[in-house]
Amino acid sequence: MARYVFLMYDAEDWYDTADEQGVADEMRLHEEFMAAVEAAGASVVGGEALERSSTASTVRRGESGALVTDGPFADTKEALGGFYVIDAPDLDAALRLAELCPAGNVEVRPVMDLPEG
Amino acid sequence: MDEVFRTAWPAVVASTARLTGDLDLAEDCAQEALERALRSWPAGEPDNRTGWLTTTAHRIALDRLRREATLRRKLPLLVEPAGEDGPGPTDPLRLVFTCCHPALAPESQVALTLRLVCGVDVPAIAAVLLSGEAGVARRITRAKQKIAAARIPFRVPDDDELPARLDAVLTVVHLVHTAGHRGSATALRDPDLTGRATELARMLVRLLPGEPEPRALLALVLLTEARGPARTDSAGDLVLLADQDRSRWDRALIHEGLTLAVSALRDGRRGRFALQAGIAGIHATARSWAETDWPKLVTTYEALMRVWPTPVVALNRTVARSRLEGADLRGALRELDALAPSLAGYPYLPVARADVLVRLDRPEEAAAAYDEALALTANPVERRFLIRRRTDLLPGA
Repeated sequence: MARYVFLMYDAEDWYDTADEQGVADEMRLHEEFMAAVEAAGASVVGGEALERSSTASTVRRGESGALVTDGPFADTKEALGGFYVIDAPDLDAALRLAELCPAGNVEVRPVMDLPEG
Repeated sequence: MDEVFRTAWPAVVASTARLTGDLDLAEDCAQEALERALRSWPAGEPDNRTGWLTTTAHRIALDRLRREATLRRKLPLLVEPAGEDGPGPTDPLRLVFTCCHPALAPESQVALTLRLVCGVDVPAIAAVLLSGEAGVARRITRAKQKIAAARIPFRVPDDDELPARLDAVLTVVHLVHTAGHRGSATALRDPDLTGRATELARMLVRLLPGEPEPRALLALVLLTEARGPARTDSAGDLVLLADQDRSRWDRALIHEGLTLAVSALRDGRRGRFALQAGIAGIHATARSWAETDWPKLVTTYEALMRVWPTPVVALNRTVARSRLEGADLRGALRELDALAPSLAGYPYLPVARADVLVRLDRPEEAAAAYDEALALTANPVERRFLIRRRTDLLPGA
């Protein structure tokens, strides 16, 4: 098994428009996704949904110390809204799962394989 | 590299990659085995030359792995299905599918295939891709790193994925052939590159006998190659399909190409390469330009447009339609103009416009279109052709 992080990028108007039902629907989509991952013989190792990018703070470490700025590191129209950590047999399997992931854009990044200990 | 090395190369790289789980090492060791062969074979060639090269590459690889065991902590190449022992005849096919994986950028797929499957060196790849050597080397290194780190598997895709994945492979092989056919800096044709594309297509036909599209690609390549000798005249100048001496076409290649094209078209799926081979076949069987079966050509382009709707296909469909009896040339011109935004920088668009403008008896505009094409063309043979066309158009100017 290889480990991947799925980074989910979407437009953020969802945070403004979703009502209780919208949130429940979204939750259900993610539960279905996690079930699909397990059904495919892969596994969800972790993951979180994130608060909107305007709540982010970025710390830049420069020569004269750290500088804190308001907002995400990269200001993009579609922002990082959550992530999964997934174990899958190979990239082909991971990409098939990413197709099922309930997000408009999913960046699939392999996790660095570091020696134990 | 001569014939023997070229045909042996993909098998040597692929089986060494499987043995070591390392594409980088496989490439280096195949290269070194080849250099050893160049030194020692003149004294006496082995009976099984591919076998000799493979064994030598394996021995070099195992030596290096032993020496560098402490330094090496690399992700092994993911060979699937697991548990299958030893190198096998499908290894070159696995290598091709790995190099043409859709998670790699198209330019990287081409560069990696040329390097690992065809054994073309980096300076030659840079010449084909019209980019710098350092950039190509970096591109290949990054692609190999991604294959290892992202765990792109070394395998032939399952049946359900095969059509889409195969299309990517065939596209790369076709690009290699087109690059060879359009030629490098000075000549119109790079026989080495077109030869490699032909060999790759033959390998795919051999290893995927049940698939029609590899057969279709081989047909397309052979039918294009068949016209090679007639594409330039004794002075080395370009001769258009319309003006070619068809007696100079290679009949044996046309026969083989047509047989393959017919067999690929008989498959109900009629993929894009089958239809392109069909188009090449229509030209190959016409006794002269005037006797070309234009209606059949138009319907084939229309079918191609349905499975592969690209601006270049749309351009060719318009050109074919403009050859029909009583064609609406002004309408054709409008269609070509509508393609301009999506084909900016494509020299054959202004060439097609010029051709229609000549037939509409608008020589000044045609000359301007040739100027536009000239500004987009680097190949000296093609440039000479365009300049000649332009001069013929306005003899007084």
